[in-house]
Amino acid sequence: MKRMLFTVLLTITGSIALAQDLLITDANLHSQSDAGLIENTDILIKDGRIAKIAPRIPTNKMIKVINANGRPVTPALFAGLTVAGLSEVEAVSEAVDSAYRELYTELMHPEFDVRLAYNPHSSVIPITRIEGFGFTLLGARGSDKTLSGQGGMVRFDGGYSSFEGKPVIYVQTSGRAAGSMGGSRVTHWMLLNQAFTEALTDEDLTLITPQGATTLKTAKSEGIFLFHADRAADIMRVLAFAKAQGISVVIHGGSEAWMVAEPLAAAQVAVILNPLKNLPESFESLGARLDNAAILHEAGVPVIFSSGETHNARKVRQLAGNAAANGLPHSVALAAISSTPAAVFGGESRSIREGSRADLVIWSGDPLEVTTQAQQVVLGGVPDTMVSRQTLLRDRYMDSATAMPRAYTHP
Amino acid sequence: MRPILAVLLSLFATTLSANPFPSTYQPLQSSPTLITDATILTGDGQRLDDADLYIAEGKIIWVGEGTVPAEGVTTINAAGKWLTPGLIDVHSHLGVYPSPGVSAHSDGNEATAPVTAEVWAEHSVWPQDPGFSRAIAGGITSLQILPGSANLFGGRSVTLKNVPQTTYQAMKFPGAPYGLKMACGENPKRVYGGRKQAPSTRMGNVAAYRASWIKAQRYIRDWEQYEQKMAKQSSNTEGDSNSALAAALIKPPKRDLELETLAGVLKGDIILHMHCYRADEMMTILDMADEFDYKMGTFHHGVEAYKIADELAENNVCGALWADWWGFKMEAYDGIQENIALVDRPENGCAIVHSDSEEGIQRLNQEAAKAMSKGQAAGLDIPPERAIRWITSNAAKSLGVDHQTGTLSPGKMADVVIWNQNPLSVYAKAEQVFIDGALVFDRDNKALQPVSDFELGQLLEAAQ
Repeated sequence: MKRMLFTVLLTITGSIALAQDLLITDANLHSQSDAGLIENTDILIKDGRIAKIAPRIPTNKMIKVINANGRPVTPALFAGLTVAGLSEVEAVSEAVDSAYRELYTELMHPEFDVRLAYNPHSSVIPITRIEGFGFTLLGARGSDKTLSGQGGMVRFDGGYSSFEGKPVIYVQTSGRAAGSMGGSRVTHWMLLNQAFTEALTDEDLTLITPQGATTLKTAKSEGIFLFHADRAADIMRVLAFAKAQGISVVIHGGSEAWMVAEPLAAAQVAVILNPLKNLPESFESLGARLDNAAILHEAGVPVIFSSGETHNARKVRQLAGNAAANGLPHSVALAAISSTPAAVFGGESRSIREGSRADLVIWSGDPLEVTTQAQQVVLGGVPDTMVSRQTLLRDRYMDSATAMPRAYTHP
Repeated sequence: MRPILAVLLSLFATTLSANPFPSTYQPLQSSPTLITDATILTGDGQRLDDADLYIAEGKIIWVGEGTVPAEGVTTINAAGKWLTPGLIDVHSHLGVYPSPGVSAHSDGNEATAPVTAEVWAEHSVWPQDPGFSRAIAGGITSLQILPGSANLFGGRSVTLKNVPQTTYQAMKFPGAPYGLKMACGENPKRVYGGRKQAPSTRMGNVAAYRASWIKAQRYIRDWEQYEQKMAKQSSNTEGDSNSALAAALIKPPKRDLELETLAGVLKGDIILHMHCYRADEMMTILDMADEFDYKMGTFHHGVEAYKIADELAENNVCGALWADWWGFKMEAYDGIQENIALVDRPENGCAIVHSDSEEGIQRLNQEAAKAMSKGQAAGLDIPPERAIRWITSNAAKSLGVDHQTGTLSPGKMADVVIWNQNPLSVYAKAEQVFIDGALVFDRDNKALQPVSDFELGQLLEAAQ
């Protein structure tokens, strides 16, 4: 009962009042800035921002102090491309808002913006947050669509509109989606070229709505087009399309990206990939290999990690650890789930320096090791309660025998 | 005339017991090998530091300290390295849902009727699935291939040794009992309810299981009655050729592949592996096992197993579980990361980490590591030597091969992994993997890294 009260109070102060000043002492700070690893430092947080990073910062009664005891501190991590807050249970269609289908026309809808359905109170969010995650890229799903909609980054701080960064338009090029889109990946390019032509010339709209045309125009100037492509040949087509249209693109999937690392680097196109993929799971990913990320990084391509999972998005940390175990420098693997996605999608900086947002995690050990726990998450300068529906279930069933049924155990 | 009788009786025996698809597994070539100075997790809960292991003739000869022949022994200095039994995944669909995952390869669910106990997963296994060799690199030496969970009775499983061979028969774990895959809950009722046929509800699921067990009981009785009649004829008619002819005219019951498998479960020859998520459903299944007097084997997935950990342990039932999957469907909504640790907690608890994934099977050690650390964080005392049981000895018990593998005990199969460090880590890598004493994977030797036919010659230009 005490803990419940505490939770309520924190929620209130977190969402309404300004956060209390916070001092994290004796941190091994993986700053993700030019300063690199800053050992045994204090971090002062005021108004949700980093005010000072220095050893032995003086404190006073008004400041809440958390002693990191020399443990690692990192930026709050990136959960990958997810539908967190858009899908409470994946197989319960009435609780999922991440894709459109059978709309009133057969048009494509780049204007379908999943952020409108985002629910910060989804149980998925605290469950993910307490594992050290502070933000995600909300995706518009629809592997059967050339243009499946738009999304963008969101912070896991409980806000209704904690969105950040540029609008992201989701585009398919893969053969897997071709089945329902004309039977060939060629049809994706046909439709995409036609949609762009319509949007930019305001000719008779046959594929998109006027709103869709506006969305594409806006995205062309200030957004990012995220192309799902695994096959090396498809990635090359994306690069050519991006150049011809003058758009910013990011590759998602990228199983064979290592085969075209040089052109990706030359175009400075980032790749969101899953570093656990090493099987030819389709004819588009025959070249999948564990050191994909390491090869891309070596060539100068920014890499970002995503598992494609929402409920188990917390596994992204394991992805980064495996990339590090397969040749990617540890700091780059950490950046791939923190500062790199933040920079690529134009959000708040996830490099920890004075002035940056105080979204931090104190870890029990190496942040990329699977046996390490997130001990304290801080978002916007507010220490998280570290409670989720799952910790409450655990606590309810932790004691092996209770006189009354479990329903009377209120952890 | 008695030979006819004998033939008929033996035909009956053949029908129900002999395997028409027998294992042709032969251990690969091996030499006596001494592995020295390692940290050894034996698989039965012990940890030995700076210890040695000696394997010869495909078997574990001794662990800890002992003597070896003066000549002909390969010695591997494993100082700083860790040794474990070969890992065992009790829930894999390699071969039946192979890579590439094209529809032509979708051979894991005979989703055309809710009861298909007559199908055998081995008849779907594609031995060229590249997933087998990836799993070797993760230290997997044995694995159970299961049919999917679309059906109430999905069919027989098969346990394989993870040696890359051209036929599944050459991979079949010698002497391993068959399993039968069953499924609770959402999957069967979704698949068949969606077609407006039974079952469309959980109560429909249970009614259909029970109807099948009743049929299987009847099938056993019919065969027993037939046997008794034949035996009676045989004893009454010693030397009487007319009566022997009469015996020959007694018709055997019609052979039924579905009921043969179900009867195998009721007789204790086939182990049950049941896909079941919710605590309440698992308890229903345990009651049903009492009703029809068979032994429940292992619940797979069991996302809510932590709610009934004591009951599972009391019933000597294993839980093959994920470290952290949850929320992908309604019956997986209450998943917690301490599930494995809590199922492991009671005396006689049998917790297993399973993969159900071509990715996860490559990193079963990492899955166990996550579950161990969550248990530790919740205050449970789970050292690595305890956690490793979840992917070795407990898994072997679930498959009924614990007398052959799963621990580094003298006399057992020499299924051994040498790790570069503590295996319960994201940085751990299997360096060398032995199956029945033969080195089948060596991270530093390309010649000992199997490549499936499918992968041969792909992307030639990129590979250069």
